[in-house]
Amino acid sequence: MPKSPPADRRQFLTATVALPLLSAVDTKSSVPKSRIVVAHDPDVLLSLSGRVDSNRLYRLLNDGIQALAGTDSPREGWQRFVRPADVVGLKVNCLAGKGLSTSVQLTEAIEQCLQEAGVRPENIIVWDRHSNDLENAGFRVVTDRRRPRCYGNDIGGYESELMTWGSVGSLVSSTLVRTCSVIINLPVLKDHGIAGITVALKNLFGAVHNPNKYHLNVGNPYVADVFMLPPIRSKVRLTICEAIVAQYEGGPPFMPQWCWPMRSLILGSDPVALDYTGWQIIEDKRREKGLKPLAAVGRNPAWLAVAADNEHRLGTNDPGRIDVLRIV
Amino acid sequence: MPGRELHSEINRRTFVCSAALPALCAGVAFAASSSRREAQYYEKLPNQKIRCKLCPRECVIDDRERGYCGVRENEKGTYYTLVHSRPCSVHVDPIEKKPLFHFYPGTLAFSLATAGCNVNCKFCQNWEISQARPEQVRSAEMTPNQVAALARENECVSIAYTYSEPVVFYEYVYDTAVAGKAQGVKSVVISNGYIQDEPLRRLCGQVEAIKIDLKAFSEKFYREVVNGELKPVLQSLVTIQKQKTWLEIVYLVIPTLNDSDQELRALSQWIQRELGPDVPIHFTRFHPQYLLKNLPVTPLATLERAKKIADAEGLHYAYIGNVPGHPAENTYCPRCHEPVVERTAFMIRKTSLRNGTCAKCAAPIAGRWNKG
Repeated sequence: MPKSPPADRRQFLTATVALPLLSAVDTKSSVPKSRIVVAHDPDVLLSLSGRVDSNRLYRLLNDGIQALAGTDSPREGWQRFVRPADVVGLKVNCLAGKGLSTSVQLTEAIEQCLQEAGVRPENIIVWDRHSNDLENAGFRVVTDRRRPRCYGNDIGGYESELMTWGSVGSLVSSTLVRTCSVIINLPVLKDHGIAGITVALKNLFGAVHNPNKYHLNVGNPYVADVFMLPPIRSKVRLTICEAIVAQYEGGPPFMPQWCWPMRSLILGSDPVALDYTGWQIIEDKRREKGLKPLAAVGRNPAWLAVAADNEHRLGTNDPGRIDVLRIV
Repeated sequence: MPGRELHSEINRRTFVCSAALPALCAGVAFAASSSRREAQYYEKLPNQKIRCKLCPRECVIDDRERGYCGVRENEKGTYYTLVHSRPCSVHVDPIEKKPLFHFYPGTLAFSLATAGCNVNCKFCQNWEISQARPEQVRSAEMTPNQVAALARENECVSIAYTYSEPVVFYEYVYDTAVAGKAQGVKSVVISNGYIQDEPLRRLCGQVEAIKIDLKAFSEKFYREVVNGELKPVLQSLVTIQKQKTWLEIVYLVIPTLNDSDQELRALSQWIQRELGPDVPIHFTRFHPQYLLKNLPVTPLATLERAKKIADAEGLHYAYIGNVPGHPAENTYCPRCHEPVVERTAFMIRKTSLRNGTCAKCAAPIAGRWNKG
């Protein structure tokens, strides 16, 4: 059970949700609630084009991880998720290119935090589906084993044995299966034209060789089933969703007219709870902008309920079992 | 199913050309990067989206995304094929391997495939290429003219687009068929038939024969096992027949899933009614593969039952496939019932045809035959 977060001056619990959030244990069933931290800094974004203040981003990240882990220091917070001997994969999301991809600044901040937590720089790998996608988003492909690496599955390759679960059968990224012992999932908060939203669970489509086969039926049950593939489920320990700039319509490509500066990171170890939280944020923004709910436009992310069902148990989509901790 | 017969020869990520065709492919370079060409059959939508109009799925695709097939990509509102002139598998096969039994028996087909498929059959035997993206398999750069020239050099009567799914490399098929025609080489397509009517009609004008893998005769099976639809495939069969392109059908008989008397009878009756009795149908044996490993190999009795039902419904040419040496590999004259083409596996043992007629009773045997 995570400890309650320390009260410090940077922490702000919204009055409307404070009471349920402070209770880390559901008294009815004694099952710990899933904590989701929405870490917000109104000054992290320097311009609407997406330029961020790296120092503030680093601080926001550390505050978020400390709040999520409920530790006395950020370092201890990181150590809840990684050990010094781990090879840590940072699964970014770069399909949309510059503007709506996981940022280089965020991954650099995480690399720094991981090294401060004892992870060796050569044991950090930034990866995504394709090296071209990484380069289009501003990353530089690095394969030198003496420093943090950065490359796509086109370089890392796929496993040769088919892995199956439920509706899916895929070859899984060797970077995930063989090279890394832990994956930190780094999606972006955005609308998705087929699956409704793409946040934590769907970002792992980038770990399989055939994601094009899984966009039928609003992604249901594929989004949940891909995450059930054993190496994915067992290695993804933490999700840090970049919502400095988020998009509520027109995704997954970058559509600036439907973006808004949310200036936040969303952190959690329960990908379903994080997706549920992200979904509600997107629905709120759609409502504010006069757009119909996703269900009304045929894009209800029903796969979220599947991910939470008894067969999958990837997390909870029950708002009563999610502690959303908002820090500023 | 496309290319099932090649299973033992195609290994994952092995480009067959490198092993099988060094002499055939002299001068052919391995493709180092994507060779994009604008795709045919799509419409532009607002916000740089497109709708693919090649197959009945009609994928709506955002910028930088690909369709279900994985080989066609939207880039800023223009749709591209990524596999034109990029075969990942090349062989010289007997035409019987396709199988096409009534199309110049005993001849060779220069056979090629690219990555990709527009369905995802749980029993696919070539899933290593059909379910892969172009960048995930080794491919060669081979232009339509080069393919036609290589086919001629290797004494192939035809070029076969096969193994994966030719619908998804439609532009390459079309251009190669045109190039082949110009060089005196015919083209045959081995397909699932999941294609829209307009591109199919246009293709029929360039190719001489099409073999369709009819996976089942129920929408339920297509929905649950194929990730496709039956109705458009039936429409394709009718279109091909109306276009007078030579047509044969393969029906992979899978225990418990598509082997009931009722389904086989309905299928046979539909063929008789909509296509006529002269369209050959091959009932082939299933082997556990890919995502369908929990079922046994099709019992011979099941295949014989399927053939018996087709015979009873008046189909003239019902075959049993993947059972080498079985008498139902032979073609029999529908009038006098004498064998007119005798086969063992892909080998022709004996032909008793005279200019496309039975040597004994002179009844016409439907098909495209060698002269003499």
